[in-house]
Amino acid sequence: MADVDVRLVNVTKKFGDQTAVDGITLDVSDGEFFTLLGPSGCGKTTTLRMIGGFEQPTSGLIELKGEDVTFLPAHQRDVNTVFQSYALFPHLTIFENVAFGLRRSGIKGGEVTRRVGEALELVQLVGFEQRYPAQLSGGQAQRVALARALVNRPAVLLLDEPLGALDLKLRKQMGIELKRIQREVGITFIYVTHDQEEAMTMSDRIAVMNKGRYEQLAGPETLYERPATRFVAGFVGASNLLEGRIGSEGDQWTVTLPSGSTIRAPKSLGDIGATGAIGVRPEKLSLLEPGQESKGNALEGVVVDTSYLGVITQYVVEGAGGLRLLVSEQNVDRTTRNDTWRPGERVTLTWRPEHGFVVGDAVGA
Amino acid sequence: MSGRLGGLINAILSRALAVYASLALMYLLLPIVTIAIFSFNDPVGRSNYAWAGFTFDNWLTLFRDPTLVKAVGTSLRIALVSTLIATTIGTLMAMALVRYRFRFRKAIDLFVFLPLATPEIVLGASLLTLFVTLQIPLGEVTLILAHVMFNVSYVVVTMKARLSGFDMRLEEAAADLGATPWQTFWRVTFPLILPGIGASAILAFGLSLDDFVITRFNAGQVQTFPVYVYLKVQKGIPPQVNAFATLFFMATVTLVALGALLQRRRATLKQ
Ligand SMILES: Nc1ncnc2c1ncn2[C@@H]1O[C@H](COP(=O)(O)OP(=O)(O)OP(=O)(O)O)[C@@H](O)[C@H]1O
Ligand SMILES: [Mg+2]
Repeated sequence: MADVDVRLVNVTKKFGDQTAVDGITLDVSDGEFFTLLGPSGCGKTTTLRMIGGFEQPTSGLIELKGEDVTFLPAHQRDVNTVFQSYALFPHLTIFENVAFGLRRSGIKGGEVTRRVGEALELVQLVGFEQRYPAQLSGGQAQRVALARALVNRPAVLLLDEPLGALDLKLRKQMGIELKRIQREVGITFIYVTHDQEEAMTMSDRIAVMNKGRYEQLAGPETLYERPATRFVAGFVGASNLLEGRIGSEGDQWTVTLPSGSTIRAPKSLGDIGATGAIGVRPEKLSLLEPGQESKGNALEGVVVDTSYLGVITQYVVEGAGGLRLLVSEQNVDRTTRNDTWRPGERVTLTWRPEHGFVVGDAVGA
Repeated sequence: MSGRLGGLINAILSRALAVYASLALMYLLLPIVTIAIFSFNDPVGRSNYAWAGFTFDNWLTLFRDPTLVKAVGTSLRIALVSTLIATTIGTLMAMALVRYRFRFRKAIDLFVFLPLATPEIVLGASLLTLFVTLQIPLGEVTLILAHVMFNVSYVVVTMKARLSGFDMRLEEAAADLGATPWQTFWRVTFPLILPGIGASAILAFGLSLDDFVITRFNAGQVQTFPVYVYLKVQKGIPPQVNAFATLFFMATVTLVALGALLQRRRATLKQ
């Protein structure tokens, strides 16, 4: 078990009577790539700012490497931040921007030059030393911000949507680069984003936040395969939730839909609670001609929409009682879109019970 | 057809704009140019109002009247000291007003604005009353106090506008990188607001050098340049005054141009 680098105990932050962060408790291990993922306004930035020392918790405790830093000012914390807006110093050259932290800690002369050089090499910006921030592209500015933070070799690096200002292609590219750099330097990263794809590709663990607290804290695979709440199921990837009367049959949960059909999921997938539901990801569903042998769970329906997306074809199938399900099929055997199911065709939707997931009662409700 | 007509209208309009702009500029520059021209006048008698012939004499005898030289010296000294004090206090006040929420902030905001809106003659008279009541002898000290008072307002108003555009994240970034609040101010905040401070200082300096009404009330026996000129009106203003005025103007233009040049060079460096 790796050492704990950052520990939050019951951290709450109120602005006036509005609660931005609502009693968060979590541990981040040494060298981990940890992500706070959630929609706008859920309290990600506020959480990060409290770890960085720019905001003080209303209550709770923050520890860095076992030391209580709850009320330690920012400039005394062994933590560096990459701001969403980069916040590069416009009046200083790239070299001086990166050297800023080193100079503050009393490092001088050749050592500064050497370490700034190393940092710029890491982010592949050698040769930009004498430029000013206004002479950089968005991606370059982002990398300077990263170098400026990393050069100090902090225990923890905080990143607040550092890729938010970049276009999609550059964002993916920089995401891969970030992950590479993190592996190379071995520093703990706490990363904030509202982009679930970004979070999934980079993180070791993700806390999915909603309304000031997190609903699930797990690795990307678990979040996708076993989302614990409706919110997580909807925020991380697409999913179909099947709501109805909850029951229990041996080692299986049952949900009886309003249409009368009953579907099942093994209890080993999680606790359904009193108000939960069974869910299934679109790619776990298969479409069959009506009457073909099913895989355990089966629902009848009519295709109402077909979208050919290259890698997959996506269907919307409407079942009895207006239930709508999203289905995606890989385009393995098909060469033209003529082979897809057409709107209006009757189909049987089927999936194996163990390929579904179980969401429990909502957190904090 | 209509395209050509449009082009013609555009041409006329842009010509008209140029004419208008030169007229406006002339309107602004004419009095100053007149002053400069009359510094080369060789006046008949004492008054320097009618052109009588060209000479360099006034410039060569710039320092002939010791009272004038002393007045110029006094004016410069008062302007320098009051500018330094007002710019420092005003900048700090503007920072406090822009950044922090505290009791009476709104009230202070209003009070700072008052000296700009109050007629100068009222300010001058009430300051005199104050000094007399407090039994502070009139002289350079009271003048500096008075100039600081109205200059602080100008500095605060200018600096507040500048500071509201300042990105506070830059200070957070500095703290994040280990800079103490003191280091953050001198390494990040100050260099970035320096152009604004420079502009405020030039403004304050000019206002102080130029002030007559408030100065006249609170000067006691001290003569500043404007007071000297005023007292000479009856007997005739010596043409050396024009020479000094021209010098002041040139100095200001040089300063402003230098500032603009520096900013431009910085900007091109960064582009
Ligand atoms: N300084 C502040 N004063 C008052 N309310 C604030 C302040 N900062 C944040 N909030 C509120 O706290 C809540 C959480 O804000 P926060 O910035 O942490 O959200 P976020 O998850 O980072 O959102 P986004 O993805 O939009 O950046 C929001 O409702 C916001 O309005
Ligand atoms: Mg945010």
